[in-house]
Amino acid sequence: MSAPLGKDLLGLEHLSAEQITLILDTAEPLREISERAIKKVPTLRGATVVNLFFEASTRTRISFEFAEKRMSADTVNVATSASSVIKGETLVDTAKNLEAMKIDMVVIRHASSGAARFLAERIESNVINAGDGTHEHPTQGLLDMLTLRRRFGTLVGKRVCIVGDVLHSRVARSNIWGLTKLGAEVAVCGPRSLLPTAIADFGVQVFDRVEQAIEWADALNVLRLQLERMTAGYIPSLREYNRVFGITRERLDRAPRDILIMHPGPMNRGVEIDSEVADGPHSVILDQVTNGVAVRMAVLYLLAGNAPALAEAARKATADD
Amino acid sequence: MTEHRDVLLKGGRLLDPSSNLDGVGDLLIRNGKVEALGGTIGTPDGAEVINCAGQVVSPGFVDVHCHLREPGREDVETILTGARAAAAGGFTAVCAMPNTDPVTDNQAAVGFVLKQGRAANAARVYPIGAISIGQQGERLAEFGEMVHAGAVAVSDDGRPVVSAQLMRTALEYARTFGIPVADHCEEPTLAAGGAMHEGFVSARLGLKGIPAEAEEIMAIRDILLARLTGGHVHLCHMSTKGSVELIRWGKERGIPVTAEACPHHLSLTDAAVEGYNTNAKMNPPLRTAVDVEAVQQAVKDGTIDVIATDHAPHHNDDKQREFSDAPNGIIGLETALAVNVTWLVKSGIISLGTLIERMACAPARLFGLPGGTLRRGTAADITVFDPDQAWTVDPKAFLTKGRNTPYGGRILHGRVGCTLVDGRIVFKTMG
Repeated sequence: MSAPLGKDLLGLEHLSAEQITLILDTAEPLREISERAIKKVPTLRGATVVNLFFEASTRTRISFEFAEKRMSADTVNVATSASSVIKGETLVDTAKNLEAMKIDMVVIRHASSGAARFLAERIESNVINAGDGTHEHPTQGLLDMLTLRRRFGTLVGKRVCIVGDVLHSRVARSNIWGLTKLGAEVAVCGPRSLLPTAIADFGVQVFDRVEQAIEWADALNVLRLQLERMTAGYIPSLREYNRVFGITRERLDRAPRDILIMHPGPMNRGVEIDSEVADGPHSVILDQVTNGVAVRMAVLYLLAGNAPALAEAARKATADD
Repeated sequence: MTEHRDVLLKGGRLLDPSSNLDGVGDLLIRNGKVEALGGTIGTPDGAEVINCAGQVVSPGFVDVHCHLREPGREDVETILTGARAAAAGGFTAVCAMPNTDPVTDNQAAVGFVLKQGRAANAARVYPIGAISIGQQGERLAEFGEMVHAGAVAVSDDGRPVVSAQLMRTALEYARTFGIPVADHCEEPTLAAGGAMHEGFVSARLGLKGIPAEAEEIMAIRDILLARLTGGHVHLCHMSTKGSVELIRWGKERGIPVTAEACPHHLSLTDAAVEGYNTNAKMNPPLRTAVDVEAVQQAVKDGTIDVIATDHAPHHNDDKQREFSDAPNGIIGLETALAVNVTWLVKSGIISLGTLIERMACAPARLFGLPGGTLRRGTAADITVFDPDQAWTVDPKAFLTKGRNTPYGGRILHGRVGCTLVDGRIVFKTMG
């Protein structure tokens, strides 16, 4: 079996349930590597990975870099901010230059939807989408699913509600595709000004009130509410957003069951989520971060064309080193 | 010399809705005019004979909406290449939109476009003047001087006329000169930042959408202002079901509104954007199947008066970029006939006669241009085409400098064999 995911990981929309399950299953044993004193396996030794970040990111970039280093890949970080005028030329030229330097993989973060695919169509290297505009953020979706699966055992029939700015969220899209493919029930909740008008076509339920979402859900994935949404007029104020849509202790206390709380970070404490909830007993926010490294290791590994069965073997073999 | 050589179009199907003509026969051109038509005509001495058996002989197509990019972006199109591409597409006349650099907003600029068009010696080129100076939407341009210099209409196309008061004034003022005011209908705050039609596809792709209502709000505003002023408003590139319903509403009340639709809005949906295909990015954007069907029906029933190309060449470097940053527009002059035949005629929605009415007769009539007819004594602006010929679209083979088409690689039906302007052959592939 070679390249079970194809050349690139651009999004979850076009992956099958089997492919997603394969990534999650591959990630499980890889989690253990990060627990060791020597957090390194030689799996990607000799491979060159470029982390190409056109948009500011701390946690995703670091998570990818840890994943790459723990798989023994050589990594180069390129952080570049491009003005919108020269962006296009930069990306075409960047693609050509990268290719000329004989690299193996590119992890790209870019402010334009479709940028990862744009790059993937122009270079032979594997491309991993680390977030493109408001399109997808597949490794975030995968780590969210791994986190839920580890807590629930299965995603089948589990109710997950994505709360907040779905309109501008690549995390929301990747979550919706991934979760529904693996049999979860998905809902979204937020002000209608921050939901796509065609949201119902995604096959998700829509709650106008967060109280309804809390009554329904087994887990909430709470999205970051960007300050720009207020200045752009999508909502009147962050204060009112917190009062109407904020995930608070009081609201969760009225839930009919314990609800897992996820957040892709970085959090605006006191806006979309209160600290008591973020740091509370049902928060799995830091588990998400931990699982992120394992999921990214799994994606690197699978895109490199390795057979998934070898993941376990590689772990065992190197455990004795 | 060759200008005055007689041309005999032999044995074609003479199809001209403007004179209720539909029958196989010959057509003789002498001194650039239609000398005789119908039946069998003997070959005059020295005449060039073109065998048109199996071909349709139609009034030349007239495009009331194209972008020829000169002056300003001669790297993507010139009036010469645009006029030649037009001739290759069966157009004997095109109207060039004024969003050039500098803007065609004065008599000197209008004269320049006209001069370049004459020098091209291909399709006729008629300038459209800007509504406002610099297309800034503030002060009216000098319609009178521009019309005197040869402008046939005014438009700020590419930009909507945001101010209702300015649009009102333009419609009132244009009445003096008997020209249409063509508007690009788009409510700018609703459309701001939009890259494609707002719907499920835009939501999935994570692209900011332009709702159908952004077009419809401006369409009904313009219709109401036409009612108020009695001025002729021409609505450019109508793309939504709601828009055609509003136009129908206006026409039923006798309001002087006319409208155009583009071949791409009659054939493709927003699904063509899948994969972030920048050759499917234009403004107004490709809409849904429901909209396409409604606009097709409006072409059939006459709610949409004309089909116009909105030919908009762009450089490959500009289109080869992230979708949201790529410019709007596709080329259309050399595919318009085939797209229309393939999606409208072959599918049984309209007849060839109706297609010729929408592509030749109505545009000439509404914009007050010569042509659009085969009547004896009129200038011989004629297109000969084979409606059945299948061909594969190869963008590299186009005469336009643009390569930005969503139809590349597609097999379409309907191909132009010969285009004549003033009786001169300006394009010919047939034997």
